[in-house]
Amino acid sequence: MNAPDLITDSLVIAGKAYGSRLLVGTGKYRNFAETRAAIDASGAEIITVAIRRVNIGQNAGEPNLLDSLPPTQFTILPNTAGCYNAKDAVRTLRLARELLDGHALVKLEVLADEATLFPNMPETLIAAKELVADGFQVMVYCSDDPIQAKALEEIGCVAVMPLASLIGSGMGILNPWNLDIILDRARVPVLVDAGIGTASDAAIAMELGCDGVLMNTAIAKAKNPVLMASAMKKAVEAGRDAFRAGRMPKKIYQASPSSPTEGRIS
Amino acid sequence: MPVLQINGKPRNVPPGSSVENLIATLQLEGKRFAIELNGEIVPKSRHAATTFNDGDKLEVVIAVGGG
Repeated sequence: MNAPDLITDSLVIAGKAYGSRLLVGTGKYRNFAETRAAIDASGAEIITVAIRRVNIGQNAGEPNLLDSLPPTQFTILPNTAGCYNAKDAVRTLRLARELLDGHALVKLEVLADEATLFPNMPETLIAAKELVADGFQVMVYCSDDPIQAKALEEIGCVAVMPLASLIGSGMGILNPWNLDIILDRARVPVLVDAGIGTASDAAIAMELGCDGVLMNTAIAKAKNPVLMASAMKKAVEAGRDAFRAGRMPKKIYQASPSSPTEGRIS
Repeated sequence: MPVLQINGKPRNVPPGSSVENLIATLQLEGKRFAIELNGEIVPKSRHAATTFNDGDKLEVVIAVGGG
């Protein structure tokens, strides 16, 4: 490995290269100043936002999220959080595209159930087809099912984003084996989206060979979000480097001394 | 006077008023938002030319924090 390799290991999504493999959400922070400070500490270039009705007639002068996180400085990834069918998701992203001046990169998530926030895969597939046909570049939240992930890739999604565990649960990677199968078959970037709880979870995702990690609650709901954002940045980088370096083979129940066995005084 | 449903709530607007007029009334000028009228996006280029009819359903959305 030489130095240029370290510099050029970018995450490429829909033909665009990004230096950071950590994508972060902007929800659940105390205020926009904390949001901005945490995102700066995370080093993330792609940040997700939700699309919601404006509060008509109230607080006309209140600050706007995109004033703190301008699209000139970040790649804004609008999501469809809260959508439970394909129609609402497509409608939401068309509004997002208008709001962001024609921006095509989006995060599709169609939910199935309020208790689990598990993806509704039949509706996700319908929405993905419609969005791809309409010119969107779709990064898609999905179940950790290799068959569904492949189907989304074949529809034309630019990245597949299986959950590690339930959204906002912080339970970490529950099924690394499924992720492994998805990674083995995928020809588009695979990002773990949802379920990361702490830095080691992010590092494990990257060590498995994931192309990136998307998280929100793990940073926003840490006691110190800015410090956790910094930890996540390092974890994603460390996990990626470890993956690229190629770990040593595991030797089950078989020790191997690190120091020479020759020349011992006894 | 036409009555619209704006973000699910009724609101009167002066006859002949446009999306652009409404944006000014709501003090949204210069902000990032998007408008949908009866299920169809109204692009910025058509804000001035698009006028309302009684019963129109309007959605006005912005970006907020989300994951």
